[in-house]
Amino acid sequence: MRRLHAPGAGLGAAVATRSTATSHRRSEAWRAWRRFTRYRPGVAGLIVVALIGLVAIFANVLAPYSPTAVHPSMRGAGPTLAHPLGYDHVGRDILSRLIYGSRIAIVVAVLATGIAVAIGVAIGTTAGYLGGRVDAVLSRITDALMAFPILVLLIALVAVLGPSLANVILVIGTTAWASYARVVRAEVLSLREQEFVLAARATGATDRRIIWRHLVPNVVGPVIVLATLSVGNIIILEAALSFLGLGVRPPTPDWGGMLADGRAFITIYPQIVIAPGAMIAITVLAFNLLGDGLRDALDPRQRD
Amino acid sequence: MWRYVATRLLQGAAVIFLVATATFLILRLTPGNPIDVLVGEAEVTPEQVAGIKQLWGLDRPWYEQYLTWLGNMARGNFGVSVIRTGVPVGTMLAQAAPVTITLNIAALVASVAIAIPVGILAGIRRYSALDYLGTVGATLGVALPSFWVSLMAIILFAVKLRWLPPFGLHSWSGYILPAAVLATEQTAVLTRMMRGSVASVLHQDYVRTGRAKGLPEAAVVLRHAVRNALLPVITVLGYRMAFLLSGTIIVETVFALPGIGRLLTDSVYHLDYQVVQAIALLLAVIVVVANIATDLVYALVDPRIRIG
Repeated sequence: MRRLHAPGAGLGAAVATRSTATSHRRSEAWRAWRRFTRYRPGVAGLIVVALIGLVAIFANVLAPYSPTAVHPSMRGAGPTLAHPLGYDHVGRDILSRLIYGSRIAIVVAVLATGIAVAIGVAIGTTAGYLGGRVDAVLSRITDALMAFPILVLLIALVAVLGPSLANVILVIGTTAWASYARVVRAEVLSLREQEFVLAARATGATDRRIIWRHLVPNVVGPVIVLATLSVGNIIILEAALSFLGLGVRPPTPDWGGMLADGRAFITIYPQIVIAPGAMIAITVLAFNLLGDGLRDALDPRQRD
Repeated sequence: MWRYVATRLLQGAAVIFLVATATFLILRLTPGNPIDVLVGEAEVTPEQVAGIKQLWGLDRPWYEQYLTWLGNMARGNFGVSVIRTGVPVGTMLAQAAPVTITLNIAALVASVAIAIPVGILAGIRRYSALDYLGTVGATLGVALPSFWVSLMAIILFAVKLRWLPPFGLHSWSGYILPAAVLATEQTAVLTRMMRGSVASVLHQDYVRTGRAKGLPEAAVVLRHAVRNALLPVITVLGYRMAFLLSGTIIVETVFALPGIGRLLTDSVYHLDYQVVQAIALLLAVIVVVANIATDLVYALVDPRIRIG
């Protein structure tokens, strides 16, 4: 892991001039990049994630047809040159729906992860920094959340709030923070006792300053790694909710929803469910490999 | 030891109480009213609605409903399904449970039977062709969503080959595909765990001692390495209970199996409070008990761990 306040770096920086201090920081990032590129599957993951991101951003340009236009005469029609993936059960172009579907997957993944990281870092930092009874209570809640079958929780919450894009993001974000809290708590527990925090406290820094200037920057590495490794899981959860009819409302194109449609017609038009599931699998795999690569680059201690 | 057991049981009870309260509150705050769902489009007078509310105790204040509910739950009385008019929730659970239990045991046995030997071989022969294959399989097993694997299995084995039924549970063959899908991710995770565990145990002193005193390699691996390597895997098995149960919900829905998971999703569609609460609570109890049992089993099989 990259320690911004490693004791050795402090000694070096004290002697070094300003220009070498910046080049040192650049070389640290450069070394992380070198470690990252050495793991080929991680690079492949990065490329695929970037491609899917571009597809999501430019979906309106890339999609050959409207994702919601219905052609009743073409129900379940197989692939042709003009429609490489064919039509779905009501006669909509599957490729166009697939391309637009990437938007939902990416939007949910990014926003839900953002919410989960914010909650997890806040709770983990509080528990680790304050310790004692606060830590005991927060850690029990974290344990309970981690032990509980998360899909059951999501289903119950969506049932209450009603299925919609915003609610799916909210519900996943507010239940997926436990692993962040646990990792951040453990990091803060060990950071809290280190010299640079002691030094900061000795110079009269407030708790708020210690947390924001000294603790949070040092947990960024592990949190980024964990977030990348967890995105895949969030994409699967979002698709699972849509698949169960508790996600984004039709006719909005969404991979999980396309699978649910296809399931009902699987004995008549089996080809409908192949492409959306493959897209979910590719996206999840790409994020997982990218996460593995980032772990090697940013957090070498965790390597197996 | 007994002190530790008591502490863990108390903590478990606290977690279950938390989950119970949370599920109660969450579902009572629902905007959709079960009476509306029950009545649907039918013409009813306000008096009739009030009558139904009174019949089910929905007219009383929420804290009274909460206390009554908690008391009933503690006594194993799960109440009556409001939506499916009059069927006791306990009866519904009892009918659904055998399907879910069979499915989970089948998936557990299958995943252990595959993951342990493959993990051992991959751990011994690291970076071999088998290890590489295992790594690829495990990576895919985690990335492929179970609902899609289910659908692909249905297309291949039910639609194309016609070997197995696509949906439903008309005979025992209805269990094969769902159990196999449920076992997939579990197998992937367990194989990775077993591989890592074996690989790290092989560096231990007692393995070197075994080899040094001339034991056959098979004895060193099976009697010394594997027995120690199994310990962390047992733990993961217990903690993964929650994941297995989540997977059950998906698989039962895809394959239309009348189990607990299907009952849960159906009850959510119908806003059937009692059933959703009972299932959430039941699953929480199972997970908490499984976690405590795992910790205790771990302490029992590993004499190095002293608790209390």
